[in-house]
Amino acid sequence: MCGIVGLYLKNDKYESKLGELFEPMLIAMTDRGPDSAGFAIYGDDVSEDWVKLTLRHPSDTFNWAGFTDQLATALACEADWMQNSNVAVLKVKAAESTVREWITANAEGVLVLSAGQSIEILKEVGLPENIASKFNLSGMKGSHIIGHTRMATESAVTMEGSHPFSTGSDLCLVHNGSLSNHNRLRDKLKREGITFETENDSEVAAGYLTWRLNNGDTLKGALENALKDLDGFFTFTIGTKDGFAVMRDPIACKPAVLAETEDYVAMASEYQALASLPGIENAKVWEPEPATFYIWERK
Amino acid sequence: MKKFDLANNSIRELNQALHAQQTSLTEKEWSVANPKGEHNIAVGLDADLHVDIHGHAGYFCAGMNKTASVTIHGNAGQGLAENMMSGVVRVKGDASQAAGATAQGGLLVIEGNAGARCGISMKGVDIVVKGSVGHMSCFMGQSGSLVVCGDAGEALGDSLYEVHIYVKGEVKSLGADCIQKEMRPEHLEELSGLLAKAGVDEDPAAFKRYGSARQLYTFKVDNASAY
Amino acid sequence: MSNESKYNASLRESATFDRATMAEIRRAADTGIYDIRGFGAKRKVPHFDDLLFLGASMSRYPLEGYRETCNTSVVLGDRFAKNPIKLDIPVTIAGMSFGALSANAKEALGRGASIAGTSTTTGDGGMTPEERGQSKKLVYQYLPSRYGMNPDDLRKADAIEVVLGQGAKPGGGGMLLGQKITDRVAKMRNLPKGIDQRSACRHPDWTGPDDLAIKIQELREITDWQVPIYIKVGATRTYYDVKLAVKAGADVIVVDGMQGGTAATQDVFIEHVGIPTMAAIPQAVQALQEMGMHRKVQLIVSGGIRNGADVAKCMALGADAVAIGTAALVALGCNDPKWEEDYQKIGSAAGFYDDYQEGKDPAGISTQDPDLMKRLDPVAAGNRLANYLRVLTLEAQTLARACGKNDLRNLEPEDLVALNVEAAAMARVPLAGTTWIPGQQY
Repeated sequence: MCGIVGLYLKNDKYESKLGELFEPMLIAMTDRGPDSAGFAIYGDDVSEDWVKLTLRHPSDTFNWAGFTDQLATALACEADWMQNSNVAVLKVKAAESTVREWITANAEGVLVLSAGQSIEILKEVGLPENIASKFNLSGMKGSHIIGHTRMATESAVTMEGSHPFSTGSDLCLVHNGSLSNHNRLRDKLKREGITFETENDSEVAAGYLTWRLNNGDTLKGALENALKDLDGFFTFTIGTKDGFAVMRDPIACKPAVLAETEDYVAMASEYQALASLPGIENAKVWEPEPATFYIWERK
Repeated sequence: MKKFDLANNSIRELNQALHAQQTSLTEKEWSVANPKGEHNIAVGLDADLHVDIHGHAGYFCAGMNKTASVTIHGNAGQGLAENMMSGVVRVKGDASQAAGATAQGGLLVIEGNAGARCGISMKGVDIVVKGSVGHMSCFMGQSGSLVVCGDAGEALGDSLYEVHIYVKGEVKSLGADCIQKEMRPEHLEELSGLLAKAGVDEDPAAFKRYGSARQLYTFKVDNASAY
Repeated sequence: MSNESKYNASLRESATFDRATMAEIRRAADTGIYDIRGFGAKRKVPHFDDLLFLGASMSRYPLEGYRETCNTSVVLGDRFAKNPIKLDIPVTIAGMSFGALSANAKEALGRGASIAGTSTTTGDGGMTPEERGQSKKLVYQYLPSRYGMNPDDLRKADAIEVVLGQGAKPGGGGMLLGQKITDRVAKMRNLPKGIDQRSACRHPDWTGPDDLAIKIQELREITDWQVPIYIKVGATRTYYDVKLAVKAGADVIVVDGMQGGTAATQDVFIEHVGIPTMAAIPQAVQALQEMGMHRKVQLIVSGGIRNGADVAKCMALGADAVAIGTAALVALGCNDPKWEEDYQKIGSAAGFYDDYQEGKDPAGISTQDPDLMKRLDPVAAGNRLANYLRVLTLEAQTLARACGKNDLRNLEPEDLVALNVEAAAMARVPLAGTTWIPGQQY
């Protein structure tokens, strides 16, 4: 049970101000989700033969420089890093799977929050405003961003249980609602080789999309299948490398509002999260239809 | 004209000030600035007030309204005028889900579109929507009228009791136990009255009427597929 | 009831297909529709009878029953409300609708509760003047159907109870069958007379705790933050539900166990959904304790409370008060053997009557029939209820004093032991004579 916000820029007009525009949107959803918050921001892309990962270590003083050196030496490749609080953005000229395998084998306590060419996921337990300031959200640049504030229902209040959930390379998902068939589905997906960090229902939705995409579905196809296979109540916002998607279940109880101008598409659980956006007074504002998905992609 | 700016004062202060008018009416006209989608604006009013809200409102705006006339110059969030008893609530823009839910009286006018479940469990209110309504509108509607000048979404009037539904545009699908009915002179008269009351210029003859088939009024085996 | 003597001793009834089960199969085959009835779960479930108190002897000292006081009063809803509810006794009357019950029955409940210094609660059908007039403290239920909901009554209420579900049917909506939709009931609910009324299982204008937080704010705004807001849930995933109720802003949480009664719902719902009241309390208390809210957000427990021992056991497990429904109706005269002949006429018997939905209650309680209604004198029935409430309180005090407590709420889980493993595990108290609490680590 939560608040969702997303901001997708249709051109580069606001790219340097993405974080600044987004921060009040996230904070506006505090009442809907006071337990934890997070966001996935897209931008600062690495080239095709590189991979970018957001990594987290519980300690603020973890030696990221040493970690990166070791990794670069072991994999005999170029690597670069930048620390943000207890999270680091690592860029490596290697395949994602190789980097992941090395981390799992050699860096205890380092958790991969996201991987891809563009995505960075930052999330933490606590009030949205504290998380925004911890990671200096307002200073961030990028092409699009989706965020989430969580009111935990059944699974624990932890960093791992907070959204966004990464759903494969450059893909992530935030969820408001409550799935009712996630336990069986998690078992099935585990047998299909998808791994899970939590008991969270939303992570199952994310894992489901990963599974469908791994099996060759397009994003559209994966979402069509999700409508058939997921039971319960959901509003999803999904981030992709080039765009984002919004989808509600057929009953469509959990709120969602979309706004579009020449410059951006914005999504939120409540209008008040959109109220601070430039030109919102003249934006086209509407609510997504049930069992319908909306996809925006930048050419 | 009493001016109230929600950028400087809280919803609590606004509502308390409006409620104070119930005991002694000193200020009839109210103008509210900077609502910015905040929730529970002008709820529980019970006096002959005219409240103009300049901007978008959040959940439950004008909830349980009695007597007062509330106009939102913008969009309204979920549960607009829920359980209103009397008076007039008008939104110039769109209304979110469950507009007029369980409302028992008065007039609700939505000049834009209404979201899902418009008039859910309505109990006597008259709702006039200039645009379209979303799915499951008038679900379990008990009494009153719903007028839709645009289109209606899926499952209109599901499990309907006695609401009179008039739709000018297309109905995507009718819900369980909701059927199209003959438009008789008394219905045209009722519809004309509602359109006039709402200040909407439409030809009543262009509408179709829908109502309850009254087949779900008693539990019986023949209806098992509808339960 | 036993007819054993009539039968050849070699005839053996199946435990799986007993007579009631076979009768139900025949009934289903005849009608093609599920059985709808009133009352609560009739199956045997682990209950407070499986718990015992450890009275004081040498290591603890008891209080003297006739001279040393044992407080029973409780304040409910002082988290946010300007006017919390103060009750003389921690036994309240649960929500039961006008419609399900006759106006006289509602009036009697109000009278009895007021005499005993406690609150009563409306139900799914609005507030009647009889009930408001006779109830010193009246809790107004806010239900999915919103039958009879209006701001005037909302402001007349001493507290508002947002109902998400009840123990008899968590996840289900209400029903009121046509026999009981009389002119007055139809008018209050804005329904055509005589139809079978269905109530929604979800609220029409919000879903989930995030929206509920906004809904609670609305109710507070409408009532100018004067009265407490309760949230009532049927006991299922109680640990999570209680946490979410606190987050959504509840002043008081009401947890109704599976033995809780109903006026009408599917038998399959009553018997097969929810958890026993005893199992729900430790979950609720744990949730409150983890949030630092135990005793700050008060906990009312209901579902199968019958005597002062049940009351004291609920308090010992951490409840701040209890609510009674079925027991209150029995005190008024429900299932009274004096109407035996009439019960037999409608195919039931005193002590077995559960067809509240039919509206033919010989005791004049769960009916809208004017002639039957007259059988219940609201004044006399109110006095009976007051007497019963006094007995519950005196019994609970007796047990608390025996455990050395000068306040009912000083009873603790450590004052209890369980008679069997099931009760020990559910109530999280040791099996009698041991230190073993199943499922807990040492």
